[in-house]
Amino acid sequence: MKQLNALEYLKLNKFQRFLYDFKQFFCAIPGWFKGLILAFLGLVKDFAIKIKDGFLDIIHTFVKGNWAVKLSFVIFGLGNIYYGQIARGILFFLFEVAFVVYMFFIPTSVDVSSGLPNYRTQSGLNWLKSVNWFETGNTVGTIQQKPGYDYEYDVPITIPGEDSTRVLFNALLAVIFIIAFIVTWRLQVKQCRICMDITASGKKIKSGKDDLKSLLDDQFHKTLLAPSIIGIGLFTVLPMIFMIIIAFTNYSDVFGSIGLLNGQSELYQWVGFKNLAELLNFSEGGIGVAFGELLVWTLIWAVFATFTNYFLGMMVAIMINKKGIKIKKFWRTVLVMTIAIPQFVSLLYISKMFDFNGFIGSFLYNNVPFIRDYLVANNTNTLWQVPEAARIMLIVINIWVGIPYVMLMATGILMNIPADLYESAQIDGANGVQQFTKITLPYMLFVTGPYLLTSFVGNLNNFNIIFLLSGGGPTNFDMNIPSLEGLVPGHTDLLITWLFKLSTGSGAGARYYLASALGILIFLVVAILSLIVYNVIPSTKNEEDFA
Amino acid sequence: MKNNTSSIKKSGLGAKASRRISNTLIYIVLIVMTVVWLFPYFGIVLESLRMESTGRVDYMIPKEWGFGNYEYLFTNTNFPTWFINTTIMGLATAVLQTFFILSMSYTLSRLRFKGRKFLMNFMLILGMFPGFLTMILIYKIFGDLGLTHANAPFGLIIVYCASSGMGYYVSKGFFDTISKSLDEAARIDGATRWQVFYKVIMPLSKPIIIYTILMGFMAPWGDFMLARFLAAGDDLGKNVAVGMWGWLQATNPSTMYTRFCAAGVTVSIPVTAVFLALQKYYVEGVTGGAVKG
Repeated sequence: MKQLNALEYLKLNKFQRFLYDFKQFFCAIPGWFKGLILAFLGLVKDFAIKIKDGFLDIIHTFVKGNWAVKLSFVIFGLGNIYYGQIARGILFFLFEVAFVVYMFFIPTSVDVSSGLPNYRTQSGLNWLKSVNWFETGNTVGTIQQKPGYDYEYDVPITIPGEDSTRVLFNALLAVIFIIAFIVTWRLQVKQCRICMDITASGKKIKSGKDDLKSLLDDQFHKTLLAPSIIGIGLFTVLPMIFMIIIAFTNYSDVFGSIGLLNGQSELYQWVGFKNLAELLNFSEGGIGVAFGELLVWTLIWAVFATFTNYFLGMMVAIMINKKGIKIKKFWRTVLVMTIAIPQFVSLLYISKMFDFNGFIGSFLYNNVPFIRDYLVANNTNTLWQVPEAARIMLIVINIWVGIPYVMLMATGILMNIPADLYESAQIDGANGVQQFTKITLPYMLFVTGPYLLTSFVGNLNNFNIIFLLSGGGPTNFDMNIPSLEGLVPGHTDLLITWLFKLSTGSGAGARYYLASALGILIFLVVAILSLIVYNVIPSTKNEEDFA
Repeated sequence: MKNNTSSIKKSGLGAKASRRISNTLIYIVLIVMTVVWLFPYFGIVLESLRMESTGRVDYMIPKEWGFGNYEYLFTNTNFPTWFINTTIMGLATAVLQTFFILSMSYTLSRLRFKGRKFLMNFMLILGMFPGFLTMILIYKIFGDLGLTHANAPFGLIIVYCASSGMGYYVSKGFFDTISKSLDEAARIDGATRWQVFYKVIMPLSKPIIIYTILMGFMAPWGDFMLARFLAAGDDLGKNVAVGMWGWLQATNPSTMYTRFCAAGVTVSIPVTAVFLALQKYYVEGVTGGAVKG
């Protein structure tokens, strides 16, 4: 589309300008993706160059190195020990020994009581072999449990097999161990190289003591980050990778919700892209129908929840901060109560209050004729059972929950708006509304851009409000998806509450495979929306505007 | 008064009169809001004191007053266990999470090292995955380690804290505002980076430390998803949210309704007291965090 210059743009009237901006916005979308792809290609190129340099460096080290350095290509740490870094060398060597033992020399343990093999402990290599990475139709783990017979006691028994979850988890650990092995190898080769260079230049090599000291000084970031990185690695990254892999299997516990979680050794299978395809199957009776409907409602919810709170909260802040309003602190404290009191108490109570048996629900039913007629027309006695009414109530109650946060935040920012802006506006004859739209709002939007983004993303995944207020209900009886039995989402379910239901599986049992595939899709939705919002909010574009 | 210039221009009404009208309107709005905002809390307190029935009724003021529901809570239910569980989780999370968040945010804010940008982007993207899904594997492993069911609170402490470094945004925003020249001066005087952290920056960071502690303490009280998953239906491993939610889902909620209200009040009083006492720091955190992002 045609780009207008500033003069042409100013000639347009308001509506045309809006249309122009709107078109510009959507025309720009392909550009962002192009930019993303280019950035990604750039990263790949950089990475390739780094790898090339790395290899050259390794070859150089090997050619120039003495016997110890050459040998340390096989025996870790030898080079370090040769150059006098004893502690470091020994650590490298111990790591290599541990790796070899873990990979090749852990025997499959035998259950003491039954004398049968117990597939819980195996060598890394065995785990890697039995997992059958991504072979569609094959099982995760190879040894099925089977019925057997104990001749000594004359009773039928079950000969245990492997357990898919454990196999997959251990195989993942083995992969991580292998990566760590390669990285450590490269590290110690590099160390040799550094030692060689230092010796060649005639300086003294650092001792282990110096290394430890630098952890509190030059290398302080390593000390500070280590606990967090380990925590995030073990409790977020590893389970996330596991979850992504699960999306390509048929892991569920429809054979008994407690059984599988408690170490039942049923094997599950690799199914390739079947789960994702199922979730995106939009034809009649496909799960895609449910997914599509939820996605639309999730987006509507996030937009309304974010913006109603944002604007109303800002108005409340302006009202409380207006000159001449007394007991400001009291008004604020009243609102802050909503933040202080645990949400589940207030939300569950409000939910029940609006129910038919609660006093507001029954009051509305008995005393407000048009609500009564509306409910009777919908064959029910509570607003929570009518889809549209339930959705509107959620958004309204969310205002009750959300205004205080925005109010607090806005209060702080409003005080920072330079007072002379308002003074000059008043001299020019601007009234209150004009001051708001021309000064307060742009300033707020500019400063709180990041907040809008995080709160929008937060609302996409706002589990507590939906789950505690409506529980996702009312049930969607129109949706006929045979393969979901009992896990059809309700009218107010968000993607995240549906995910929770899929993985706790009330009724038909948990469907981890669907939950995992859904998790990947939620990630894509959130990532794409964040990218769009990030490009729209003013703070990232005109950074100098209010500076 | 700067208001005068504009109000003089207004025709008809005098400056004072127009301001009085707008202020009166604002007071009316604020009073209505106060009523709406406090109404549920009045409701829950009144219902918790109702003695004549334990179910839901269509009136608000009890006909018979008494503390029977509170007594019942502490004699006939697992509520005390849930309360203790959640308190332990709150205290432990407050301490551990503060440690993780402060070390992460301080490093990202004030130290420059290779891979810093990458680490920040990585955590941003990681945060876009629904965190709940990590529970499938964690549940399995914690099950082996005996950290689920009745021991779920301990498992939950680990889950809440281990990855909490990813929530560094607010406190990083705070550290960004402390002048860099302080660090430089200390470094020139021969302080190591550890000494700068411990002796220079930490004493200046009281507000953000208290904010982080407060957030850590509040988190377990509101968590529902993770807590329900790890407790796996074992009554002794629940936190208050999961336990009390169960009361209202029971086949016959009419026996537990007023007790739910009583429990709600019991839970709210200590948490609210802590929160209101430290309100100042919370406001600083919210304002700073929103602006800095």
